[in-house]
Amino acid sequence: MDTLAIWQWLIAPLQYEFMLKALIVSAFVGAVCAFLSCYMTLKGWALMGDAVSHSVTPGVVLAYIFNLPYSIGAFVFGVGSVLAIGFIKSKTRIKEDTVIGLVFTGFFALGLVLISKNPSNVDLLHILFGNVLGISTGDMIQTFIIGSITLVTLLILRKDLLLFCFDPTHARSIGINIVALHYILLGVLSLTIVAALQTVGIILVVAMLVTPGATAYLLTDNFDRMIPLAIASGVFSSVLGTYISYYLDGSTGGCIVVTQTLLFVVAMIFAPKYGLLKQRSGSPAVEIEGEA
Amino acid sequence: MRMAPVGANPVSVEVENVTVDYNGKVALHGASLQLRAGSICGLVGMNGSGKSTLFKAIMGFVPPSSGRVLIQGLPSRLVQKRSLVAYVPQAEEVDWNFPVSVWDVVMMGRYGYMNLLRMPSARDRQIVHDSLERVQMLEMRDRQIGELSGGQRKRAFLARALAQQGSVILLDEPFTGVDIKTEKAMIDLLLELKQQGHTILISTHDLASITTFCDQVVLINRTILAYGDISDVFTEENLARTFGGSVGKFLPES
Repeated sequence: MDTLAIWQWLIAPLQYEFMLKALIVSAFVGAVCAFLSCYMTLKGWALMGDAVSHSVTPGVVLAYIFNLPYSIGAFVFGVGSVLAIGFIKSKTRIKEDTVIGLVFTGFFALGLVLISKNPSNVDLLHILFGNVLGISTGDMIQTFIIGSITLVTLLILRKDLLLFCFDPTHARSIGINIVALHYILLGVLSLTIVAALQTVGIILVVAMLVTPGATAYLLTDNFDRMIPLAIASGVFSSVLGTYISYYLDGSTGGCIVVTQTLLFVVAMIFAPKYGLLKQRSGSPAVEIEGEA
Repeated sequence: MRMAPVGANPVSVEVENVTVDYNGKVALHGASLQLRAGSICGLVGMNGSGKSTLFKAIMGFVPPSSGRVLIQGLPSRLVQKRSLVAYVPQAEEVDWNFPVSVWDVVMMGRYGYMNLLRMPSARDRQIVHDSLERVQMLEMRDRQIGELSGGQRKRAFLARALAQQGSVILLDEPFTGVDIKTEKAMIDLLLELKQQGHTILISTHDLASITTFCDQVVLINRTILAYGDISDVFTEENLARTFGGSVGKFLPES
């Protein structure tokens, strides 16, 4: 009886094509973002994700104005913001977090001005918060292509990027080009944000790029397990969040991110080694052995 | 003058009149030194004296504004491609919460020999295994690096340098936070590596221990003040110039 109820709860939304599409796209985007989020968490690039995602706004608007695919405009401005941050940081004495803060707000503000001058073409709310329930087949294909580029890049450079995050000095000393890795990771970040635009929008994409990695980081000490754990939590949150939004008739992006955040809270409390409960029960997370 | 046991060995590290400046601020001026294969050299200087700049110059990370650095006669790009210089970092440079095990870290020493996907071969695994065994860390192979004690952490990164099979090994303050027993074991290992023809450059504050195992010593303070056999270099006057103050307490006993 209970299983039947759950079954019906799961099946009912699937009779609508838009729900089917939304579930597939958000699950895919959840997986791609979660994979990347492992590197974002370890590299400490949450603010960078925030910066790039806000910076794509003018690109999306301009793409609509000139009738180009939105992803191209978004990518150009995403990469542009990264280059601007790098340029200002290297040429002035201003600290990096300040540079990031001023560049992305500048780009975002430009986007707002553009939107306000072209109100009929672009829906601000869709850019900010996504519109996965209204995703077109064309946009869906764009998302899949862009996301796949990210996935393939990360799969190939998985270990190099890990070493780049962990010990760039050593990476450099054995001939690995860390400047290239730096920009590849930023390029992939821009691509992923573009892919996730439709699903959760630019405000919440940061959560998808940080939360699954953070959740997985609390659950394991092993990077090879961290990736599948992050992807599992990302996909699960995307699917469950989309269902919840259907029954609540609420914001899909919002429901997905709230689900992710709840998963994080659960991990924070119950994680086997680094959870709050474990730490309170008297065995510290990190035991330093005495020299023997 | 003490006869260096390795006098006939070829020059491995050649630093030729190297000046490094960061945006016009000179960090190292006119530094020259030659390290032979199969020798251990101590690098002594205060914080900010240019020790890490010299390390970076040897690794090819900072282009000298004048002069040049050659490792086995090769320029830095080729040196890096061939993983010739292994660097053992200071403890503070490492994120110990990172989700990697001892085995993972040592395997990173092999990346330079692997294909783009960094898939370890049976040989890579064997070398990592042997390197861990040599520093007596094999039983710790699956530990996350943060779970290690200070001495074990140092040994893990020393094992990575072994796995890298570089001919030159740079160690940055390897004995801080390490107990006497581990320090002794590490020194024995360094002496063994020296016998096998490695060139070892080791920065340390511990003047007394340097005299026990180093063949040569470099005193540095923005430039190379003195360089050569310990008996010639460790004079009151040189140490005064290195540390710019009272010297009595710096001099090793005996």
